[in-house]
Amino acid sequence: MAALVLLPVVACLGLAALTAVSGRAVALRYAGILSAGVVVVSGLGLVAVVLGGTDPTAAGGLLRVDALSAFMLTVVGFVGLTATWGGLAATSTTSTTGRVYPTLVCLFLGAMSLAVLADNLGVLWVAVEATTITTAFLVGHHGSRRALEAAWKYVVLGSVGVAIAFLGIVLLYAATLASGTPTLSWIVLDQARLPMDPSLVRVAAGLAVLGFATKAGLAPMHSWLPDAHSQAPAPVSGLMSGVLLSVAFYAILRVQAVVDPVIGPDLVRGLLITAGLLSLAVSAALIVRQRDLKRMLAYSSIEHMGLLALAAAVGGPLALTAALLHVLGHGLAKSSTFVVSGRILAAEGTTTIASIRSLFTRRPGVAIPFVVGMAALLGFPPFSLFFSEVAIVVAGFQGGLGAVMVVAVVLILVLFAGLARHTATMLFARSPDAGGPALELPADAATPSVVADRGPHGPRLPLVIALGATAVLAFATGPVSALLAQAAALLGGTR
Amino acid sequence: MAPVLFAELVAFCAGVLLLTGVLIVWRRDLRAIVRLLAVQGVALAFLVAVIGVEARLPELLAVALLVLVLKGIALPVLLVRVSGPAGPGQVETPTINTTASLISLALLTTLAYLVSQPLKAAGSGPAAAAVPIGISLVLFGFMVLASRRHAISQLVGFLMLDNGIATVAFLIAGGLPLVVELGAALDILLVVLVLQVLTGRIRAEFGDIDLDDLSELRD
Repeated sequence: MAALVLLPVVACLGLAALTAVSGRAVALRYAGILSAGVVVVSGLGLVAVVLGGTDPTAAGGLLRVDALSAFMLTVVGFVGLTATWGGLAATSTTSTTGRVYPTLVCLFLGAMSLAVLADNLGVLWVAVEATTITTAFLVGHHGSRRALEAAWKYVVLGSVGVAIAFLGIVLLYAATLASGTPTLSWIVLDQARLPMDPSLVRVAAGLAVLGFATKAGLAPMHSWLPDAHSQAPAPVSGLMSGVLLSVAFYAILRVQAVVDPVIGPDLVRGLLITAGLLSLAVSAALIVRQRDLKRMLAYSSIEHMGLLALAAAVGGPLALTAALLHVLGHGLAKSSTFVVSGRILAAEGTTTIASIRSLFTRRPGVAIPFVVGMAALLGFPPFSLFFSEVAIVVAGFQGGLGAVMVVAVVLILVLFAGLARHTATMLFARSPDAGGPALELPADAATPSVVADRGPHGPRLPLVIALGATAVLAFATGPVSALLAQAAALLGGTR
Repeated sequence: MAPVLFAELVAFCAGVLLLTGVLIVWRRDLRAIVRLLAVQGVALAFLVAVIGVEARLPELLAVALLVLVLKGIALPVLLVRVSGPAGPGQVETPTINTTASLISLALLTTLAYLVSQPLKAAGSGPAAAAVPIGISLVLFGFMVLASRRHAISQLVGFLMLDNGIATVAFLIAGGLPLVVELGAALDILLVVLVLQVLTGRIRAEFGDIDLDDLSELRD
């Protein structure tokens, strides 16, 4: 059991070391995929173990896997696999420094696995901060002025944010110290009901949630996110959006589960509602007039994180199960669309929305996965995001947060309109001139004579798997729903 | 250790920490700021050692040595290397003038004492009484981050913020579990290394490390 727990971390670190010392092209090309694959395998294995009723531990109790950890590890693995496998073509054409990129991707996946496996707030913190370090150079990978600017802002804001979370963790530790059992372990904090001082825990909770919310890209601490996501290579944007933000959100959930029994749900709920609604408002305001495809996808991530914050604020089995399903659905759909955006960039040479036209007739090979991914992100059924969004809103109304949910739904509709309009423009509008009347061009003056480019510009299978999984996920019964219910019970069982 | 001596040593360290914090905000010479940060690191290490001796924890003495090497020596040396070949006496113009920033410092220190009230619950004695100094350093660090546009000043602001958090951690809890302490130290070192490399690339690309140049990305 312990070996299975240690496997993802050790394997990712080993592959990172391998790519750092070996220059073999095969190793460099496939190390990231292999890392993600190992994470998937151990994640699924641990899910089976956890569903069997045991929580395996390793490394002297520092690592411990419960249903939530196993679920999150699987999310890290699948999203990582989508981004690295789907991103194969993109990286081989754009990367210049061959060795650094795969090493950092492996380290990133290892750190994220460690973050979700750790049964210790401090180790979780160290792992989250380590991802700031590994992704810094990935964001600045292209080396352009804009990429450097994005990387600088990302590292400074991200480090300051998690430093604030560290202060919160310190204070929580101080509270447990005063109660006689110094600990940072989830399981002890969750179950032992330590007599902690509420006023100290209150400050600790506020700081920890604020800090991890910065890393989760929640407004008003989101300003690093669109810059970093738009400048990073496409697979890295996918990894950050689907894995990094989700793991930061996971940290918030864990902190919430620990502090709520001590200080009541009001403080964290208030913070999450504020951050959630602000995130929805900011992304709505900036998506409607957005000019860049990757920034548009980045703001869409802020939207989904805002929605997740609202779900966490609502609490209870329905909202938390929906939130976890949403994490998985959003991770798969968003990493797929980011991968496709990389292919669009490679094929079209730009991600400016105004310069991309009639993609559907010219390049159906990339347009079809793009439109499917966008449909998933927009929340069309049968994609799981539709069901999780509806469940979150319903749970909100049931939980007495009706007014919040009304505002949220209005903002989501604005976002829907903005995203749908941009997507439709890129796919179907004919004139390449922004704002120019498309119909004035005679039909034969456009580019119908050019043969449509049906090539997918990269591996097709990972996108099919990821988007297919998003489509059927909500209907999956048995193990999936049992796992989600068990994980949500870990978080909501205390309320 | 005699209780009086312990109280005096803690107060001395806290005083040095606060004084260096104020001076960092006051001075504009970048080399001087980095030297002050080194002094602050040494004071923090000494504080950890004092707490370690008082609590009879040999583990904390090892941590004190780590803090000394990391914050007193390694990070300042890295920062000096970031500031590069331009030579000593690099001066920057902050966006806030000196008088205003010193007044803000007074206000921030008062604020630190106010917000530290709930933390009193964590313990009593000279160590807990000095916790507001740590919070002050956190706030000073924020102020430097917000008001300075030079890459080195920003790094110093971040490290001062981190020093403040470490001060609070040692005063209020006698430090965190060793594995977390080591991980956190490694993370801080790596963040500064990352920022150092980025600074080098930014200088190569922009010819300067004034962060006002970083304004291409916006909506």
